Amino acid sequence: MDKTLDLRELKGRLRSGMTIGIGGWGPRRKPMALVREILRSDLEDLTVVTYGGPDAGMLCAAGKVRKLIFGFVSLDAIPLEPYFRKAREAGSLDILELDEGMLQWGLKAAAMRLPFLPTRVGLGTDVMTHGGFETVTSPYGDHEVLLAMPALKLDAALIHVQRADRWGNIQAFGPDFYYDEWFARAATETFVSAEEVVDRIEIGDAGAARANFVERMFVTGVIPAPCGAHPTSMPPDYGWDMEHLRGYVASAGEQGGWDRYVSETIGDDEAGYLDRIGGKSRVAALPLPIF
Amino acid sequence: MSTPTLAELLIVACAEAWRGAGEIVATGVGPVPRLAASLAKSSHTPELLMTDGEAFLVEEPVPIGPRDYAHGRGTGYLPFSRFFDAAVWTGRRHAMVTPTQIDRFGQTNLSCLGGTYDHPKVQMLGARGFPGNSIHHPNSMFIPAHSPRVFVDGEVDMVSSVGYNPARRTPGANFGNVDLRLIVTDLCVMDFGGTDHAVRVVSLHPGVTLDQVRAATGFALETATEIATTPLPDEDELAIIARLDPHNIRGGILKGNPSAMREAAQ
Repeated sequence: MDKTLDLRELKGRLRSGMTIGIGGWGPRRKPMALVREILRSDLEDLTVVTYGGPDAGMLCAAGKVRKLIFGFVSLDAIPLEPYFRKAREAGSLDILELDEGMLQWGLKAAAMRLPFLPTRVGLGTDVMTHGGFETVTSPYGDHEVLLAMPALKLDAALIHVQRADRWGNIQAFGPDFYYDEWFARAATETFVSAEEVVDRIEIGDAGAARANFVERMFVTGVIPAPCGAHPTSMPPDYGWDMEHLRGYVASAGEQGGWDRYVSETIGDDEAGYLDRIGGKSRVAALPLPIF
Repeated sequence: MSTPTLAELLIVACAEAWRGAGEIVATGVGPVPRLAASLAKSSHTPELLMTDGEAFLVEEPVPIGPRDYAHGRGTGYLPFSRFFDAAVWTGRRHAMVTPTQIDRFGQTNLSCLGGTYDHPKVQMLGARGFPGNSIHHPNSMFIPAHSPRVFVDGEVDMVSSVGYNPARRTPGANFGNVDLRLIVTDLCVMDFGGTDHAVRVVSLHPGVTLDQVRAATGFALETATEIATTPLPDEDELAIIARLDPHNIRGGILKGNPSAMREAAQ
């Protein structure tokens, strides 16, 4: 069994119109090499499900997104994501705005192959009003009325980790897995990029085994992508690239800024991207953010 | 002792939100609420649970600002997923946040402003965790610049968190855990102890008048029977705050870093 894919092969595995979930959280451990490969493709009309960071902003800027399903979109240290804002303020974006926990709940419903899961979250707010959610009544004695959070079934999930092997075992060594395991279980296919893809992850380290946060039966393909989370953070290997993110944010305020970011930074392939951002050694030296 | 700054007074006032709260997770988002939660745990309410701002529970509150990066200092693990499972949906948390708008019902907005929902004038973060937080556990708010643009007339533009608006109560649903506690601003401390949970002023910061607060609030304000003066920090509290904020980030939060004694500053 060999699940190894080349980054360029990913495009052939995705289709326009798909619902794609993107792991990570804001500007943290985002599968940005995979996102950039989508930016380089002719894929369009996507429904994107994300705890959004620059992934959401870039896909919106490139006109790839038909509908964005999100709990927030933020670059954390830079609170507001400029291209997401532009798309919203232009009135051009179809959205489903969720509470962070509701997003998780929708992924869990999909993972459990349920049509919905009940929750109190969203009741009494405009998330309910604008999201078009329905309620259900508890069949038990309390008869409590609850919001029915529909399953967020994904055609594909994209995730970035430190290591993977050809079987689809994956390891992430940062402090938090966020909701990546639920993105994977909610998806028909999951593509995982990794800083390093090895033939076989060696046996014997229980701590490292705990870093494998989702069973490999949910992993469709593993894709080598050194510095693949850049410009988002990849603890403990490298922090987010604030200088890069500030330049990216500034580009949103400039005439033709996005096209320039695409041509001068994203370019035609990841090898060139890595060169343009200063190479692996520069990324490896990016300090981890302090919270 | 030098005169405390207004930022230090606000940290002490915010810390009151967690006094005697018991074994729950105290979350303060932003420097003042976070320093306040840390002060509460370091002084009057040591049983509080707190994180290092990332994924680990700590018994010694972590100072804000630049410091050595060290993993593994935690005594427990509370990553994002467990945060919902353990702290939010079980109600074992009290968060203090800074929304962009608040209305007379305590409903808040962090999502978007103006225009229509499909075409907002200003897009912000999105609802984040506000809907779930507000229906499951106690919440308080910190507002660094009290104005009618924050405390709006009518309803907030996009209701991101549940308040006490009867018109928003889905029939048959359980709103029994909605529990709004304090609003601390640069002018005063308010709570929700008025008629039908109306926002009311409970203390004014030194040198601030009720008329000033009313002029800076877009809805009609009730007041407590007796309006107190917000207490100044004592020396012990100032020492703890200085230890938790070694780079004086608190000095840059309010324009000009004013004194807690407004008369003295003028």
